[in-house]
Amino acid sequence: MYLSRPAKNPARRDPTLLAGVMIGVAIIYLVFVLFLPLFTVFFEALRKGFGDYFRGLADRDALSAIKLTLLIAAIAAPLNTVFGLAAAWCVTKFEFFGKNVLLTLIDLPFSISPVISGLVYVLLYGANGWFGPTLDAWGIQIIFTVTGIVLATTLVTLPFVARELIPLMQGQGTDEEAAAATLGAGGLRTFFLVTLPNIKWGLMYGVLLCTARAMGEFGAVAVVSGKIRGQTATMPLQVEILYNEYNFVAAFAVASLLALFALITLAVKTFLEARFAHELAAQRWR
Amino acid sequence: MSLEVTGVRKSFGRFPALDDVSLLAENGEFLALLGPSGSGKTTLLRVIAGLEEAETGSVRFGDEDLLAKPVRQRGIGLVFQHYALFRHMTAAQNIAFGIKSKPRAVRPSANQIKAKVEELLNLVQLEGLGGRYPSQLSGGQRQRVALARALAIEPKILLLDEPFGALDAKVRRGLRRWLRELHERTGLTTIFVTHDQEEALELADRVAILKDGKVEQIGTPEELYHDPASAFVFDFLGDSIQMACEVKGGMAVIGGVSAPIIGQKPDKDGPATAYIRPDGFQIGPKDGEGLGARIRDVLLAGPDARIDCVIDNDGAVEVRVPHKAAKGLAPKDRITLKARAVRVWA
Repeated sequence: MYLSRPAKNPARRDPTLLAGVMIGVAIIYLVFVLFLPLFTVFFEALRKGFGDYFRGLADRDALSAIKLTLLIAAIAAPLNTVFGLAAAWCVTKFEFFGKNVLLTLIDLPFSISPVISGLVYVLLYGANGWFGPTLDAWGIQIIFTVTGIVLATTLVTLPFVARELIPLMQGQGTDEEAAAATLGAGGLRTFFLVTLPNIKWGLMYGVLLCTARAMGEFGAVAVVSGKIRGQTATMPLQVEILYNEYNFVAAFAVASLLALFALITLAVKTFLEARFAHELAAQRWR
Repeated sequence: MSLEVTGVRKSFGRFPALDDVSLLAENGEFLALLGPSGSGKTTLLRVIAGLEEAETGSVRFGDEDLLAKPVRQRGIGLVFQHYALFRHMTAAQNIAFGIKSKPRAVRPSANQIKAKVEELLNLVQLEGLGGRYPSQLSGGQRQRVALARALAIEPKILLLDEPFGALDAKVRRGLRRWLRELHERTGLTTIFVTHDQEEALELADRVAILKDGKVEQIGTPEELYHDPASAFVFDFLGDSIQMACEVKGGMAVIGGVSAPIIGQKPDKDGPATAYIRPDGFQIGPKDGEGLGARIRDVLLAGPDARIDCVIDNDGAVEVRVPHKAAKGLAPKDRITLKARAVRVWA
């Protein structure tokens, strides 16, 4: 997690040339794969100055896309937080039949292309889908609506919290929970006072990743939303729409805002880690 | 009131961890569960605490059926092998956890809890360390926090799982004596699990020896050491030397010399295995009677002299004799060995 200082002991130091080459390769790799693309987003967005940049963002459709994206993330992330906690708790603290099947199912959204995740919803709830006519008769529409986007986003981001928590909770074992039980604590008290404090950092990380991913989801949302401007277009869809219209400044402006959201989530995480470093260190024992 | 375990069975898959285990811990008794790893001792402890479910059998405390109660209502203090301290809580918060978990109606006031925690910190000799996190405490200190935490709920029984397992030898010895004193002071019925026979024999009022999920023998340390019920118990409680012998009329014949059999005598004559402690031999000159042997090494440091020798046409043994008897012996000397008395189990 932390970079160690160069070893003082000469016996443990790598040859200077080798160390230099390795560090150089790493830097070049990071520059081309990570830093340059990120820089380009902001550079392109601001190419024609701040005026055009903010005009791009203040556009009615862009504002609608921003609102929609935040709304989707605000629904999908809490849903998957609850699901992830429940799944991780159940998988790591209990033994039951079909546990491995459940573990594999949790991973499924990672391995399936998001486009397929979107398509299954169209097949299930679309006008010609399995439940489409029934839902239609009840006056419920899912595909091409916010509901559909929420469903698709939730499916795609389902593994993030669970996947973050499961290895962590497996490593911690069940001894502390067992100890709490022998001391007379009930299930809820044990969960909130023993389990949750032990996993809060992993949980936070999982929620942040889930949120970032929920805001950035493209494939599944593109299929179920119908990309209706000002109505069902989220920020990633709006970027594509603008780009296809050769409106590069506006496209990159929205893209830069999306990137900014992601950077903010990471900044929050880093800040919290620094703020509670003492507490974290206290927990790293075992 | 006594704790009575009757006919408890528990298996993990096809592996029987506990196979019809029955034992009794008297009120205020300090009982050790001793056995090699995989003998079921920790499982038994967890069944009593309620962390594992017994398939059959009963666990009663006085006239109370413990198996009918969920873990948190059993009132049993358990100290885990690796302590299982809540790592995000200070030592004092750890200790207070059990008291604060009581139903509101019987929960003491905040001041009473604070006083109780102080009292327990004093009891386990951790005055002034209540504000430390587990990561800031040494192994021995963590163990004592775990003990104080278990005692805080004023349990009717205290269970300790390998209480000294994770500590180094010196800390172990100090804590052992301290735990014995603490038990004398609290008078709490205590059961502890260990795989260290020395620890069990030194600490416990009585020791139950477990093997493959069964109670092999239960008794005071003295009874176990001097009257072992099986070869396993004899072998487990100290160094033992095994030799082929011929049982004839209540005596064991080894190398043409007969030795009396102590304890249970086998029903019929014939070939058998004799079990002897290393100090159960007499050394004779090379033309004496008994088994011929050649000395490999003579170790003179320690309360007894230890003689490492190879018996002719057989394996190496290390016997212990008084220093007087070892005088003048040197490697490569030839001697004869004669067992003074042996044990034989059918």
